[in-house]
Amino acid sequence: MKMTLSQWLGLSILLALLAFSLLGVSLSPYSLSEQNLDAIMNAPSMEHWLGTDHLGRSMLTRLSYAVGLSFVLSLLCMLTSSLVGTAFGVWAVWGGKKVDTILGVVVNILLALPGLVVVLLFAAIAPGSFLVLYLAISLVQWVEYFRVVRAITQGVIQSPARQSSQMMGFGRWYQFKRHIWPAISPSVFTLAAFGGANAILTMASLGFVYVGIQPPLAELGLMTVELFPYYSDAPWLLAQPLVVIALMVFAFHLLAGKRA
Amino acid sequence: MKAMFLKRALQLITVVWGVGTLTFILMRSLPGDMAYRIAASRYGQDNVDSNAAALVRAELNLDQGALTAYWHWLTDLLQFKLGDSLVSGLPVMDTVQHMLGHSLLLAFAGLVLSVLIAVPLGLLSAWRGNPLDSVLMGFSSVIRAMPVFVLGVLFILLFALHWNWFPVAGFGSPAYLVLPAMTLALSLAAVSNRVVRDSAKQTFQSAFYQFSRVKGLSAWQTFRQHGVRNIAVPVVAFFGIQLVSMIEGIVMIESLFSWPGIGHGLAHAIFARDIPVIQGAALVMGILFVLLNTLVDLICLWIDPRGAKKL
Repeated sequence: MKMTLSQWLGLSILLALLAFSLLGVSLSPYSLSEQNLDAIMNAPSMEHWLGTDHLGRSMLTRLSYAVGLSFVLSLLCMLTSSLVGTAFGVWAVWGGKKVDTILGVVVNILLALPGLVVVLLFAAIAPGSFLVLYLAISLVQWVEYFRVVRAITQGVIQSPARQSSQMMGFGRWYQFKRHIWPAISPSVFTLAAFGGANAILTMASLGFVYVGIQPPLAELGLMTVELFPYYSDAPWLLAQPLVVIALMVFAFHLLAGKRA
Repeated sequence: MKAMFLKRALQLITVVWGVGTLTFILMRSLPGDMAYRIAASRYGQDNVDSNAAALVRAELNLDQGALTAYWHWLTDLLQFKLGDSLVSGLPVMDTVQHMLGHSLLLAFAGLVLSVLIAVPLGLLSAWRGNPLDSVLMGFSSVIRAMPVFVLGVLFILLFALHWNWFPVAGFGSPAYLVLPAMTLALSLAAVSNRVVRDSAKQTFQSAFYQFSRVKGLSAWQTFRQHGVRNIAVPVVAFFGIQLVSMIEGIVMIESLFSWPGIGHGLAHAIFARDIPVIQGAALVMGILFVLLNTLVDLICLWIDPRGAKKL
């Protein structure tokens, strides 16, 4: 796969953020919830490179933890939903009419509600649970892969190339690898990049309305609400989570390439 | 036409069943004795004793088996008996109706504004081409990268706190509507202006469009006779896709601006674990989603009757 310049740019922004997060979490001398009420809302300095928040916690530590959390969630959701969506999408075409109908019904149920509402309802069952958040977002996202993969695979299954390779006795796995995967992989990669951005957005949105990851953990949306009241005293603090969210989403969009 | 309505009706049923089932699971999965928890949120932590809990248990049929309870839950739902809020004690129906009006106002204002922004800008970038096109497209990618609430926070900081042009949050005079509607409109327009542009570009380059210029129609006549409808079909169809982001945007924007609508109500109810209100709000959002989708289908058919065969 050849990547364009903007895709390289997106990838490097993401890698830079990932490095920031890993280094921040592993090397910072401060812990996530270590408060120092003598040093609240400090400007960036030698001890605290990104300043301290309203409870005197190191912003660098919290931000790198939040970025890491977003990355873990988006990667998990990407992997799960793309695997499940692709597998079911191919199966719906290959498995015959009955499978296709049943999967179609399941997909229609999931599409009947806007994704964020589904995630919100799941979040209500277990507030603050990372696992539930991950399951809910993956549940919403695999449908996209399913629909695209199914549509493309329908064409490939009928193609003379695939049919002759079946008649020559090649197994299903070989046929998938040789004929179906090359046809669907560009779309799957694009969807995955957008899915990663959406997972981050959804988690931040939930944090922002206070039903996502709960304090004292650090999460980008949650940090935005927590720091919002102090914007006039310490605008640089509020800017940090906002800039990071926008940067992550922008980088994923760049990585996805032109097909928006 | 018939098939389309049938499909949407089925969708409506799945919405009601899905929301009902999810909230039922939610109800059953509350940790601890449900009756005690609900009594605590209703009468305050200090006033709970086993009498109060027993009262709640009898009132909400909490002592039934899971299957009977599920059946009751669904039949109540089908009769639109949504119950009372666990926190305020008011009927959910009234609360939700009240919130729905505010949400529709915000959605409508945001939608109209987004059309007013996206259509002229999209047409302009298709008509003028580069460099204006690249500038506008680049600008909209930047806005698209910002989550709705980041956009909203920036608006509050600039227009409400820095310049004091509009109130920060709340509901009252029309001035309160400006910032939430603008936030919603910009986030929608940043995506749809690209669709307008692509659609317009394709139409402008098509043979029938060029031909009508060649046969002597003026630029404006050509646009009106051959352009508008052809450009509009993909744009309106795309709006159906964008409905999801509109409803998600409403949830975020209402919470941010304390706009007393469905999204704000849903977020609050989830935070307070007020299950009847969660159910009511989610239900109304789902129904709204299906109805708006049906409306989009109908408008598409009206603009382009050729599509009727496909549906």
